[in-house]
Amino acid sequence: MAVTTPTSKVTEVVAPAGAGDRTARLRVWGLGLWSILAILFLFLPIVVAIIFSFNDPAGRFNFTWQGFTLDHWADPFKDPDLAESMKNSILLALASTLGSVALGTLLAIALVRHRFRGRGAADFFVFLPMATPEVVLGASLLGLFLVAGANTGFLTLFIAHTMFALSYVVVTVKSRLQGMDPNIEEAARDLGASEWQAFWRITMPTIAPGVISAAVLAAALSVDDYVVSSFNAGQTQTFPLFIFGATRQGVPAEVNVLATMLLLAILFLLGLNVAVQKALARRDAHRASD
Amino acid sequence: MFKNRQRLIPWYFALPGLLWLIVFFGIPLINQANVSLMTGDPEAGYELTWAFSNYTDAISEYWPQIRRSLGYAFVATVIALVIAFPLAYFIAYKAGRWKGFLLLMVVLPFFMSQVLRTVSWQLLLTDNGWIVARLRDIGLLADDGRILATSTAVIGGIAYNYLPFMVLPLYASLERLDRRLLEAATDLYASRATAFRKVTVPLATPGLFAGSLLVFIPATGDFINAALLGSTKQYMVGNVIQSNFLTILDFPTAAALSFLLIGIILVGVVLYSAILGTKTLTEAAG
Repeated sequence: MAVTTPTSKVTEVVAPAGAGDRTARLRVWGLGLWSILAILFLFLPIVVAIIFSFNDPAGRFNFTWQGFTLDHWADPFKDPDLAESMKNSILLALASTLGSVALGTLLAIALVRHRFRGRGAADFFVFLPMATPEVVLGASLLGLFLVAGANTGFLTLFIAHTMFALSYVVVTVKSRLQGMDPNIEEAARDLGASEWQAFWRITMPTIAPGVISAAVLAAALSVDDYVVSSFNAGQTQTFPLFIFGATRQGVPAEVNVLATMLLLAILFLLGLNVAVQKALARRDAHRASD
Repeated sequence: MFKNRQRLIPWYFALPGLLWLIVFFGIPLINQANVSLMTGDPEAGYELTWAFSNYTDAISEYWPQIRRSLGYAFVATVIALVIAFPLAYFIAYKAGRWKGFLLLMVVLPFFMSQVLRTVSWQLLLTDNGWIVARLRDIGLLADDGRILATSTAVIGGIAYNYLPFMVLPLYASLERLDRRLLEAATDLYASRATAFRKVTVPLATPGLFAGSLLVFIPATGDFINAALLGSTKQYMVGNVIQSNFLTILDFPTAAALSFLLIGIILVGVVLYSAILGTKTLTEAAG
């Protein structure tokens, strides 16, 4: 949901000219100003975090501005614990994205394309984890691991992240599927394609944009998760866990560097996503015109 | 034979994902329900004694935190709504070709670590920082007044954190709104204010509903903001569940609090949908 940008059908609405013209213009200016302030509010802590990645703090406390340095950018992995936590976070994001996208895409297809008994209940059940506070998700899962006698660590983190990303993947892929014509798959099967062929050659290419968006969303959710991870990590550190743990002694500036890099990486992925979506749309348009 | 296989196909697709959710979401919740009725202590272990008193004990012991969670979440939701509605309105109708860019700006905060953004608020609101100094200058804060470790900081932090969740559904429902209805209203001599009140707001209700829930539900369980921007005096249910589970190892109390939280959210959602008259919950969610 956060990744796809719905394109507008109404691009320009011409306001009726008349006596209300000036108040209308004032209203637009007021709205615009409010919007700029709101977005500045959203950005303020990000800007601060980026600025402090260039700070040269005297001790470990990166709290007040001391002077400009590029040292932290030159060697962001100086702290081995921080480097380890970043490595874990990236591996975890990759693994749980693969898991949740594979399971979630299939589940979304079943929920949209097929009529089967219990479909409504399944639909509602998939929605439930999103309506449950994260602290409850994390605590309950740890409860299960305790009962099962499982050691918490990377594997339990993988299970947890795949679980909470799954619902978001289903919702994202579902919305793409709902906008697609089911007759095409049927036509393919009528023309002799097996279920499997119809899936790989018709369904998958059409829902690819939704699947890619879902993957970006799942990765972003995983890499940023603190709450659920705090219950199920055991001795394994992830990037958010490291930051939270460091708040007591002061967060080292290298954290700001890595968080900024992560932001840039996700922006790059988003840009790539948009480019791929455009290429796919062009391909579809091209095929349609043939 | 063929017919049977056809019928099984949806299950091949649905089962792996559903099983994952059943085993790692459904069963843990049932297990927690079970744990919430146990008694014992961390050393000897806990046993199921159907101790429903765990719930009443949890309520009486942690009532301040429960009330605080609901209060903070409610105020934060209202603040987010006040900030988000004009923004969503502007993006939907007035932004023109900047629409995509503005939407990206709204979701961008998600892509920097939430914990680090909260740490940034700590820096911004610190006692000897610029913001507190200016607020003291203009008399909004007493000379020894502070923002950190107050409910203002925690509520503000929560509203900040979940603001995009309010903007996006509001934007989606405003964007979908058929603007010819507004023209029809003004053609029928409704003033712009009346048209806004009687057409725009009711038709934006699904977005309002979804946005409020997307902010309120995670906000009630939030504990990062209270932990980093507040003091123990601002602790919420989330903090209590976490410390009972991870530090005190009082699993039954943590489990009982979890279910109280879910119960309160359910009651709130049902009441809220009754007030707003939204047909089904999933309609707003999807």
